[in-house]
Amino acid sequence: MHVAGVDVGSTATKAIVMDGNRRVVGKACGSTGASVVGAANRMFQEALKEAGLEEWEIEFVVGTGYGRYKVPFGHAQVTEISCHARGANFLFPHTRTLVDIGGQDTKAIAVGERGDIRDFCMNDKCAAGTGRFLEACATVLGLTLDEIGDVSMRSSKPLRITNVCTVFVESEIVSHLAKGERIEDILRGVHNAIAGRSVALLRRVGIEPEVTFTGGVSRNLGMVASLKERLQCEINVSPMSQYMGALGAALFAIERAENIPPGERKIEAAVAEARGGEEPGAHGGH
Amino acid sequence: MRSLALTAGIDIGAGTTKSVVMEDGTRVVAKASLRTGPNPEKAGAEALAEVLRVAGLTRADLAYVASTGYGRYQMAGRDMQITEITCHGRGARFLFPATHCVLDIGAQSSRAMRIDGNGRVVKFKMNDRCAAGAGRFLERVSKALEVQVADLGEISLRSTDPTTISSICAVLAESEIINHVTEGRKVEDIVMGAHLSIADRIIALLRQVGVEDEVTLTGGLAGNVGMVKALETRLGRHINVAPESSFAGSYGAAVLGHVRLQKLTGAA
Repeated sequence: MHVAGVDVGSTATKAIVMDGNRRVVGKACGSTGASVVGAANRMFQEALKEAGLEEWEIEFVVGTGYGRYKVPFGHAQVTEISCHARGANFLFPHTRTLVDIGGQDTKAIAVGERGDIRDFCMNDKCAAGTGRFLEACATVLGLTLDEIGDVSMRSSKPLRITNVCTVFVESEIVSHLAKGERIEDILRGVHNAIAGRSVALLRRVGIEPEVTFTGGVSRNLGMVASLKERLQCEINVSPMSQYMGALGAALFAIERAENIPPGERKIEAAVAEARGGEEPGAHGGH
Repeated sequence: MRSLALTAGIDIGAGTTKSVVMEDGTRVVAKASLRTGPNPEKAGAEALAEVLRVAGLTRADLAYVASTGYGRYQMAGRDMQITEITCHGRGARFLFPATHCVLDIGAQSSRAMRIDGNGRVVKFKMNDRCAAGAGRFLERVSKALEVQVADLGEISLRSTDPTTISSICAVLAESEIINHVTEGRKVEDIVMGAHLSIADRIIALLRQVGVEDEVTLTGGLAGNVGMVKALETRLGRHINVAPESSFAGSYGAAVLGHVRLQKLTGAA
């Protein structure tokens, strides 16, 4: 049996193809762009190709993310909050607090033992503290989104970024540059500012170890470092963190297809493989 | 002592720096404006130099220099600094003596004030935390639609069916606007939608201070006809605007500078 999870985010669309043993056999990630349906189709096809499968071989597809109702081949839709919690529970079973920073929103989720949602809180009203915020900062500094995390790690004297609004931060960065401040110190400040906002959101649902970081921004090492510093604790992240929503969706798809209650089975080998070949428990935070 | 005292008001705003020289706090002698840029201190000095040049005066001719705006503390050689809220209240009163409410929409902040018969601020509310409801919001709109900021007002007047912009955040609104374009919405309808969105934000502030006629619009967006129309539509009232409305802060500073000067010379 094969299933798929497709997570149509505001910025990136992610697809996961999974076999009946909960092994990830195909995955794809690309920018959502203007056509939500187009992006969902494209990523699904890419993930299928990597898995060496065709569409008819997929028994069940769950769509998630803000564009979940536009996944044309989807059988069911599950909110991204449920999917992230489910995915995090699969990769890091001791997750109790989840921070998901995506392109246009930030979510704090309190997760139960079975990957259920205890509480959640989100900011989707403004771009402060999201991927868009980081992207704007990168652009002002003439860097790409992928570079800024690493650059920020070289900072020795982080600056304090006082603005919350993305638009105003751009001006603040320009004036810091005009004063001759170093790019790495500005960027460290930017990452610290977002960490501060995220932790404030997390406090509203309660912070309990282990903390797992998901969403596109979790690929940013600078962000991971700033969050750790602010939280004063270890954080689970994996190369699969960006796919967490799609992974959760695929897991829901299996449950729907097999009609088994959530959190009933755990397959260690699949977990290890999904984490990128590491043995369970070898990852930080345990 | 000169018989006619010359005072200058310098309003160093986030987007534009405005300067004015006034005679006896009642007559405008000259005014100038320039982009603030990253260095407010430089902008203030340049705006003062420019208005003096236009007026054919030197710094020594000025009896008093008052600065206002977010960069007011960076104004070198000032005699005093005054908050922009106080100055816009006075400036609006100077332009329209029957003003009781002032809406000031600048590049990075928006304010609603209620003023008494002397132009003193009774109550005010402001948003300077985010670009929603301020000029920068329109800059983002113009970028997303690839039209000039200066043309936005005129474009919006052609709208027959304004598009609702549901995102409050300027950055998220940009993405929303791109989606509206993709869906085939007309540029003028989107632009009017953006103006209405800003109007809604500032009117919410105005309702908190209490609405009372006459309402005067000041700040950089006062020069935008679409903004005036959007405010009048949403408020159902006439809005005062003058060609010099964007100078209201600097006018207020020059007027108050003159008041202060009179007190000083009266005491001497």
